[in-house]
Amino acid sequence: MPAVVALDIVVTGIAKADYWREMFERYGASRGGQRFFLITDDSPARGKAGILGLVIGEIRAWEFGSPPCGWVFDIAVAPDLRLEGLGTALLDAIADRFRKAGVTKMRTMVSRDNHVLLSFLRSQGMMAGPYIQLEKDLDEDS
Amino acid sequence: MRLQQASRLAIYALLALAAEPDRQISAAEIATTYGASLNHLAKVMRDLGRAGLVESARGAGGGFRFSGNPKRTTLLDVIELFETLGGGTAGITRREVNTDAGLGLDVVLGEIDDIARSTLGSITIATMLKLIERQKRRRLPIIRPAGKPAAKSARTRKRT
Repeated sequence: MPAVVALDIVVTGIAKADYWREMFERYGASRGGQRFFLITDDSPARGKAGILGLVIGEIRAWEFGSPPCGWVFDIAVAPDLRLEGLGTALLDAIADRFRKAGVTKMRTMVSRDNHVLLSFLRSQGMMAGPYIQLEKDLDEDS
Repeated sequence: MRLQQASRLAIYALLALAAEPDRQISAAEIATTYGASLNHLAKVMRDLGRAGLVESARGAGGGFRFSGNPKRTTLLDVIELFETLGGGTAGITRREVNTDAGLGLDVVLGEIDDIARSTLGSITIATMLKLIERQKRRRLPIIRPAGKPAAKSARTRKRT
């Protein structure tokens, strides 16, 4: 757990130990084959130890009117290990879990300003989906 | 959204060159493929050369070669050599944006611009080549053993 929190701090710059504790409890043991929390471990070949990358996802059905689909909530790779195929391996691994669980679509949401992640996901063949995400500032009058 | 011909030709040329890094391709070949004038294409190639994305090869049959990084060069990088996309105003004049309605329309069109920029800025030449390959695979004819009837399509099955 501390290694995951440490990797997240490097990637996002925000420490959120409580969030990760909850994620680990909810997703850690792959409950019912619908939730997945995968990590890439120590890599002696690269001379690295600890958690080098992670991906979290879940099969959800019918929210937003969507048929069953594999959602990728988070994917992260240590910055100094990027462009070495770890992200591709992680995404392939969770896609494989989704496929084995019987879903044929994988989906995620990414900040428009996160060019690195957006370009990575595009390079993996992900395209804009049929849903549009909307939001509203609640402290404003409508 | 609409791109100027120069932007489109530049993207086509880079894709052709990046798809076959070992082959030199002439401007005439690209111009013929896309029905563009050689003059226009030559100008586009000059601009791409200045940006360091292509280099011309000397000698007999000298053509062009891709000299950029296909994993780093995005469609937006290429387009912005030739035109300004939206630029936050989506063609709305300063006078218009000073009106309530103009400001409202500017917000809505700006939303579309942001999505377009983000899309074009996240798709690299390498990603485009993969996308084109996927499209080609989807268009491949269905090969089946002779003498066996074709499998019914999902749509046909639903109807029966």
